[in-house]
Amino acid sequence: MAIVQTRALTKVFRQGQVGAVVGVDLESREGEFLVLLGPSGSGKTTLLRMIAGLEEPTSGDILIGGVVVNDLTPRERRIAMVFQSYALYPHLSVLGNIVFPLKAQHVPRAEREKKAQWAADLLGIGHLLARRPRELSGGERQRVALARAIVREPSVFLLDEPLSNLDAKLRASAREELEQFQRRVATTMIYVTHDQVEAMAMGDRVVVMNQGIVRQVGTPADVYDEPADTFVATFLGSPPMNLVDGGDAMVGFRPEHFLPVGFAATPGPAVGLAFRVGHEEYLGSERILYGRIEKGRFGGSKVVSRLPASYRERLAADSVERFEVAERNLKFFDRVAGTRRAPVRLS
Amino acid sequence: MLLPAILYVLALVGVPFLLAFYYAVGDVKVGSTEYHFVGLANFSSVLQSPAFRRALRNSIVFTVCTQALVLVGGNVLALVLKDPFRGRHLVRFLVILPWVAPVSIGAIGWKWILDSLYSVINWVLVRLHLVPALSPPMWLGEPTLAMISVILVQTWHVLPFATVILLAGWTSIPRDIPEACAVDGAGYFRTLFQITLPMLLPIINVALLFGIVFTFTDMTVIYILTRGGPYDTTQVLPSLAFFTGVLGGDLAEGAAISIFLLPLLALVAWKMLQTARRAEVG
Repeated sequence: MAIVQTRALTKVFRQGQVGAVVGVDLESREGEFLVLLGPSGSGKTTLLRMIAGLEEPTSGDILIGGVVVNDLTPRERRIAMVFQSYALYPHLSVLGNIVFPLKAQHVPRAEREKKAQWAADLLGIGHLLARRPRELSGGERQRVALARAIVREPSVFLLDEPLSNLDAKLRASAREELEQFQRRVATTMIYVTHDQVEAMAMGDRVVVMNQGIVRQVGTPADVYDEPADTFVATFLGSPPMNLVDGGDAMVGFRPEHFLPVGFAATPGPAVGLAFRVGHEEYLGSERILYGRIEKGRFGGSKVVSRLPASYRERLAADSVERFEVAERNLKFFDRVAGTRRAPVRLS
Repeated sequence: MLLPAILYVLALVGVPFLLAFYYAVGDVKVGSTEYHFVGLANFSSVLQSPAFRRALRNSIVFTVCTQALVLVGGNVLALVLKDPFRGRHLVRFLVILPWVAPVSIGAIGWKWILDSLYSVINWVLVRLHLVPALSPPMWLGEPTLAMISVILVQTWHVLPFATVILLAGWTSIPRDIPEACAVDGAGYFRTLFQITLPMLLPIINVALLFGIVFTFTDMTVIYILTRGGPYDTTQVLPSLAFFTGVLGGDLAEGAAISIFLLPLLALVAWKMLQTARRAEVG
């Protein structure tokens, strides 16, 4: 087990271009599940590949267990990586795949087989050892990739979108399995995903990245409830946070906090708003209402409301309803930089 | 729509093929219109002839050595050409050139390069004092040297084709695979011999199959460089069939020699397709 640190880590692929990763300072905690979250092209995979040793940093340092590993090969870093495609060796059996890292380390045969059996049992693929990768389902392939990663007891696990090849139903169960697996092996895991649900569900902490820059690091609750800037606010949450012009500042509030007067459960003072209902999406457990704020405060802004199924009233299209947001649910952002700032008095 | 293709195959492949069978079991000679069925007499006479056995042995040596060199050289070239570098397109073009240029032109060039009097190789070797000026090696005149020469020139000719096939194979291996090997702690040679080459096996088989067929049935290089000489030491089955059947006028025996190639090649092709199927991955 080890702590992974990066110091001002930067990767520029072509000179003169904007860096894929720019000055990233990160520090994982012992045995932590750390998720790198961002849209495609945000640099999260490049960051992971630099930690793995597959990509050379342009500048900055990578430390594993307190030691600078910049000049070490992937094998010397004692990391294991699960690729998006799983990268199983197609001509080898499942057993052949799992023992390959041990063979490369010249582990004696008897011990090799014992360890492979242990890894296979841990992931429940003991009965598949003789099969070839192409004879396995997506979920089984993923488990083989995990077994191949765990078998030599690495100090850090790196996972690059390992669930993106699974269908939606399988993904939920695979997600749960992966969480259990991490808890059992209690090894630091760095997990790359563009899926915010995965990040929120699995991460002990989430690193939100955009354009090569770390925008915020925090627990799922931190990044969701207290976004550091407008990017994090609008990237997380579906539908994303409403952002409206509040005069001196941008004001943000989550759709689930923008509710009909009297229905909101948040105590304390609230800001009343006139909401012209546009169209409605019925999603079973909830309703999403798209519309505009009528004249007055925040007038004209497009906003979204998310009504729980417990709110039964029908809201006709084009009607103007009285909605409100509890003041404590309002987040304030700098108009120019987009970063969080102290609340302003709303006129 | 299909008719021209069928006619073409029938007229240019089927008819000569059946004609060869017809000749091989008869006593056809150039300049005679008679035909008598003689059964397998031509085959037994061919099998007993020392010239045939030598040609068979030469064919095997010629093909095996050429293909061994082509496999190693083709993989090395493919590995070099796989990754981008400045001028890669030019190098790719130059590599393919010996294949697209007519083989006769290339072989005539080589005939001069290896000539006993005007050889540029010897000129260089003499100037470097590596060989005596008065008795430089006779590249095409000494049995062993002649065989080595025709093997090298044939390798030069068929290497580009194998390189192109192998290059396609190498580029079809996803980047993840060698990266996974690196993360798993495998070095260059372990990755090459345990992962990437086995993954390439079906494609190597295809390259090998084409290479064997092209080399085993081809006589252009040998015909131009040595005409089978000296003393038949570079005579291969196709050239022997040509010399016996066409130049020697014994059509029946020539046909028997060329038909002898068929089961041999069919066996090779069947074996290789079988391995390719077994190794198939995906």
